[in-house]
Amino acid sequence: MGRELVQKQQQSAVSYTVEQLVAVNPYNPDILPDLENYVNDQVSSQTYSLDANLCLLRLYQFEPERLSTQIVARILVKALMAMPAPDFSLCLFLIPERVQMEEQFKTLIVLSHYLETARFRQFWDEAAKSRLIVEVVPGFEQAIQAYAIHVLSLTCQKVPRSVLAEAINIEGLSFDKFLEHHVVNSGWILEKGQGKGQLIVLPRNEFNHPELKKSTADSIPLEHITRIYPILG
Amino acid sequence: MAAAHDYDDGAGHSQPADAYDPTFVPDSAKSFVVHLYRHIREKNVYEIHQMYEASFQTLSDRLFKDTPWPSVDAVAPFVDNDHVFCLLYREMWFRHLYARLSPSLKQRIDSWDNYCSLFQVVLHGVVNMQLPNQWLWDMVDEFVYQFQSFCQYRAKMKNKHVQEIELLQQYDQAWNVYGVLNFLQALVEKSMIIQILEQEKEGLEQFTATDGYDYNGGSNVLKVLGYFSMVGLLRVHCLLGDYQTGLKCLLPIDISQQGVYTSVIGSHITTIYHYGFANLMLRRYVEAIREFNKILSYIYKTKQYHQKSPQYEQILKKNEQMYALLAVSLSLCPQEKLVDETVNTQLREKYGEKMLRMQRYDDEAFTLFDELFSYACPKFITPSAPSYVEPFVNYNQDAYRLQLKLFLYEVKQQQLLSGVRTFLKVYSTISLGKLATYMEVDEPTLRTILMTYKHKTHAVDSEGKINSNADIDFYIDDDMIHVVESKPAKRYGDYFLRQIVKLEGVMNEMDRIKLD
Repeated sequence: MGRELVQKQQQSAVSYTVEQLVAVNPYNPDILPDLENYVNDQVSSQTYSLDANLCLLRLYQFEPERLSTQIVARILVKALMAMPAPDFSLCLFLIPERVQMEEQFKTLIVLSHYLETARFRQFWDEAAKSRLIVEVVPGFEQAIQAYAIHVLSLTCQKVPRSVLAEAINIEGLSFDKFLEHHVVNSGWILEKGQGKGQLIVLPRNEFNHPELKKSTADSIPLEHITRIYPILG
Repeated sequence: MAAAHDYDDGAGHSQPADAYDPTFVPDSAKSFVVHLYRHIREKNVYEIHQMYEASFQTLSDRLFKDTPWPSVDAVAPFVDNDHVFCLLYREMWFRHLYARLSPSLKQRIDSWDNYCSLFQVVLHGVVNMQLPNQWLWDMVDEFVYQFQSFCQYRAKMKNKHVQEIELLQQYDQAWNVYGVLNFLQALVEKSMIIQILEQEKEGLEQFTATDGYDYNGGSNVLKVLGYFSMVGLLRVHCLLGDYQTGLKCLLPIDISQQGVYTSVIGSHITTIYHYGFANLMLRRYVEAIREFNKILSYIYKTKQYHQKSPQYEQILKKNEQMYALLAVSLSLCPQEKLVDETVNTQLREKYGEKMLRMQRYDDEAFTLFDELFSYACPKFITPSAPSYVEPFVNYNQDAYRLQLKLFLYEVKQQQLLSGVRTFLKVYSTISLGKLATYMEVDEPTLRTILMTYKHKTHAVDSEGKINSNADIDFYIDDDMIHVVESKPAKRYGDYFLRQIVKLEGVMNEMDRIKLD
């Protein structure tokens, strides 16, 4: 089964992508090194594959002696960057508890807790203390900022400048630039608030403007209609 | 469904009953194998099913209540030493042993070997039988059960005999997790079941319509084993805490419709139990609630028909567990509208009071979440082999403790949401300042609570789409909170469709009546 493909790949020059390897060999210990390299690829090329990473964590779970804490840490940082998806929990479910007790993982779990409970101030403070863990992964800040903006846009139509600034951890001139960029590219509007500084009008979506929600209540799938075809005919 | 037994694994080397002679075949047992063998050769599925479901149980109760059935060598002469039949007989032999006695380590290993031989034969396509779905489901179900049972047994390292440790090391391939997963995966792939289900959608293939049976002289064994193996994979992955992958394995089966998985009650329940549990762990509460509700109402309506079935006790047990999981899901995501009246009445009876206390999110509430989760969760396993270096430690609870801890962690993150929801329910608009005062927190904290509410009630589905699970929703405009109550979606369309079909039926009925 699984092993054959890896051998074939080594014999012939045909190369499979890691995604294909995972699809064909979901339960094959031989692809472990490929998956570890792939985690590093994801870090350097700013890509992400949850399936491949879960597959690797699964192989670690089956053979704990092969587990590399450095790789696990990278997977977890990548999973944080995938918020609001529940990927971080999905990974923790597979990582043995004694590994989770290590200092660097404890820190990552605290970071995840702050993000899950939308405490961005505390998150950025904690992240600043753990530069060594998070800064090795390019795109980390931007990914968390995108998540913060996502939660804000689910919640608010308009948000005070200071609240937004705190959530994404940017201040002063760079914040102005950031706003400018989003006014041009994401449809943000800057508004003068009533006496207490600027307000940012976030783009409308069905969550902050419930009236936009399409009423799917009365649409009927075609398969259901087919039941009465004989009668209509 | 974890086969029809839940015994303590213990040391597992007790040998049953004093007077068991494996070579002695009572007449009725002889007649049983002879007839079963004949019906299998004649592909008489109906008779096979009768013998498999009824006669085997009756005989077990009468003759083999606390001893194993006669050994395979003793019955082989009565069935032309048929290789495949002997493998099937041994599979039942072990299943009976696991259900009524404690298997020894050697027997666990032998049972693994028997599954290997049986699945090899099926995978090589030399089986031309037609077996009842019930039997094929039981094979997959039992295979996964015995794997789980083995992991639990192995993890209890304390108090193991030296011989057991040696045997474990010598046969380290038995019930190896790679082996188990690769067999299930191979059955799925070799059977081409995923392609068959795809083609069926386009009308090029019949599978569901014939309940998986082959009426053109072929065999249903590989196809249906492959089909049930997808459910087996879902279950194994849930036991390992890999919910995402588990759900992925089930994707080819459309659980919004009837299918072969609903043709056997055990498979139906196992599928939905694990599907619902996985969704609960992935925070897709609405999906979990919807499916639990459907199956619980189905069990409510049909359980009387299963009273005589050997699976009846298991059905009731899973039924209770799913009520507990429904109570948990609804406590985290109050969506009573999704629950049918009958199910709701049962739920209130069983958990009404506990659910009220869970809403308080105090220490007692966490104890209740813990209690219900522990009662209703799958029997999690650690798949890796133990370290054979002394001192030996038991690690059979590790996997369960981790899943419980992470689940309670999630509950804690949601503890303030129920409070905020109470206020949102009674206001249509309220300012941040005022709500903060009511909740006795400062404004920035209130903002984080409101954002947490939004984040936790807006689940991301498998395609990355965001779905709202909130019955009470809101949005903030500057510093005003506007509350939006989601109204129950009235399904007029469906209602009218049903009425049209009904009316047509009545009219046809009336046309048939001749008035003289």
